[in-house]
Amino acid sequence: MFSGPEEEIYQEHILEHYEDPYHRGHCPRATHAHEEDNPLCGDFIHVELHIDPQGVVREAYFDGEGCCISQAAASMLMEQIEGKTVQEVEQFRAEDMLRLFGVRLTPNRQKCCLLSWKVVQQALYSPLQQKDRDGSAARRSPGQDASSAPSPAPEPPTKDAP
Amino acid sequence: MTTADTVPLDPQQVRQDFPILHRLVHEKFPLVYLDNAATTQRPRQVIQSIVQTSEQHYANVHRGIHTLSEQSTELYESARRKVQQFLNAAWPEEIIFTRGTTESINLVARSWGDANTGPGDEILLTEMEHHANLVPWHQLAARTGVQLRFIPLRDDGQLDLEQLERLLSPRTRLVAVSAMSNVLGTVPPLERIVQAARSAGALVLVDAAQWVPHRPTDVQAWDADFVAFSGHKMLGPSGVGVLYGRRELLERMPPFLGGGGMIRRVTLQGFEPAEIPARFEAGTPPIVAAIGLGVAIDYLRQFSWEDIQAHELRLTRLAHELLEQIPGLRILGPAPENKGGIVSFVFRRIHAHDVAYLLDRHGVAVRAGHHCAMPLHKRYGVGASTRASFYLYNTEEEVHRLAEALDQVRQFFRQ
Ligand SMILES: Cc1ncc(COP(=O)(O)O)c(C=O)c1O
Repeated sequence: MFSGPEEEIYQEHILEHYEDPYHRGHCPRATHAHEEDNPLCGDFIHVELHIDPQGVVREAYFDGEGCCISQAAASMLMEQIEGKTVQEVEQFRAEDMLRLFGVRLTPNRQKCCLLSWKVVQQALYSPLQQKDRDGSAARRSPGQDASSAPSPAPEPPTKDAP
Repeated sequence: MTTADTVPLDPQQVRQDFPILHRLVHEKFPLVYLDNAATTQRPRQVIQSIVQTSEQHYANVHRGIHTLSEQSTELYESARRKVQQFLNAAWPEEIIFTRGTTESINLVARSWGDANTGPGDEILLTEMEHHANLVPWHQLAARTGVQLRFIPLRDDGQLDLEQLERLLSPRTRLVAVSAMSNVLGTVPPLERIVQAARSAGALVLVDAAQWVPHRPTDVQAWDADFVAFSGHKMLGPSGVGVLYGRRELLERMPPFLGGGGMIRRVTLQGFEPAEIPARFEAGTPPIVAAIGLGVAIDYLRQFSWEDIQAHELRLTRLAHELLEQIPGLRILGPAPENKGGIVSFVFRRIHAHDVAYLLDRHGVAVRAGHHCAMPLHKRYGVGASTRASFYLYNTEEEVHRLAEALDQVRQFFRQ
């Protein structure tokens, strides 16, 4: 069985977020949304936020596909930013994200961890059109046609190296 | 290619020639190297060749009058002749040293493609191609307006050759196809494809990166026009590869890269290109690596292809047998009898990246991702897969270690 220090990156709190993520799904009152993939490892994250007129992130949801690290990090981040102001979320830097994750990662896997953080930073400035709201805040599942995505859509999860 | 003077393949004996196979990973796990489709390890003989060339003979080729340059040139040209014999090519001039498969295919796309394709022409590829046999053609299409068409993959991992005749037409200028898929291990019937291409009047390029290291190659029997492969996937150094091209074609093709070595004469007004193969080897070539590739060929030729293929099939069968018992694991592609020594698989609900990470923690090196074949993965509806690929130095015990580690991955993620 895998145990002990070899598996340090798959600590219990990370596996819990991976297996039982916080707010994976669709934000019913989404006002902002963004998605991106990580060309190195193929992870893919879509984020939907409900930001109220006072500039507070009321709700944060994510969806996506990818490795344990990227998905667990997204779950932690959703929990972290709810109730924060847009300004506070902006001030939450990459270092803060890595600290929140709580496990030392190699540079390659830091990118997995930071993917959802990057998507959130972009989402703050990606308001949905009125017509996209109310249920159709376009969330793209990987199999779906790119034309239904809200923003210039990246291709589905990819991972490329020579 | 004679088999009379070969020695029987004994993997344990072979392993003695590969120093790296004896190292530990994470300080305690013996390395289980199953990433051979990405790149292979080098035997002591190749490593010694690199050292010996560097210590004794190294200088630039085709340039100097001094002793070292003459020796380097002789070693470099004798490596070319070894490749020629290895492929059963008619002429040494048909062997062009490149940096690898990728550059070889780009050379054809740039040189032959730019001069010979235009709007209304078509190039026929397949849905299983490596990006190296896809992107150069996309780039060519953007330059000349040639259209790309694709032989589809069937659900069982074989090409749908029922479509072949329908897809070929007098507009088809080139058929470019892998001899062995780097993801599924699929080995399409080249003879049938070449014949159909010939009847349509099209040329044929074979991406043989995964084939040449594992199966006998006879470019004349194939009747192929271009064949591309890499040294680093066949026990040789990285940084060198080969483009075989039919002499009549190469002689009519314009140069690819411009610079020293590829010219006959240069004036301020222009240049006159050199004869083949120099015309396509601009700049200082990968001298030490090409000589090392010649030694890798000598090494491989000690064994019979029958032995190598039988050994890889034994490992592939065992891998299928063991992996099929792991709940939630699905192997992509054909049965072992119908493919090369490549086993790609997906786990329900465990990402390939996590699989590869945990296998590495036990010293098992595999590849995870889309293996530079995104359209293929899309065809089967998977984002990423994990791939184990075998070579002559792998053992049945290593396959068992892979299977055991995979079962632990499954338990770790509570599947
Ligand atoms: C089928 C196939 N074609 C092309 C390539 C590209 O080879 P290289 O990276 O050596 O240029 C590879 C190896 O990755 C391959 O497996």
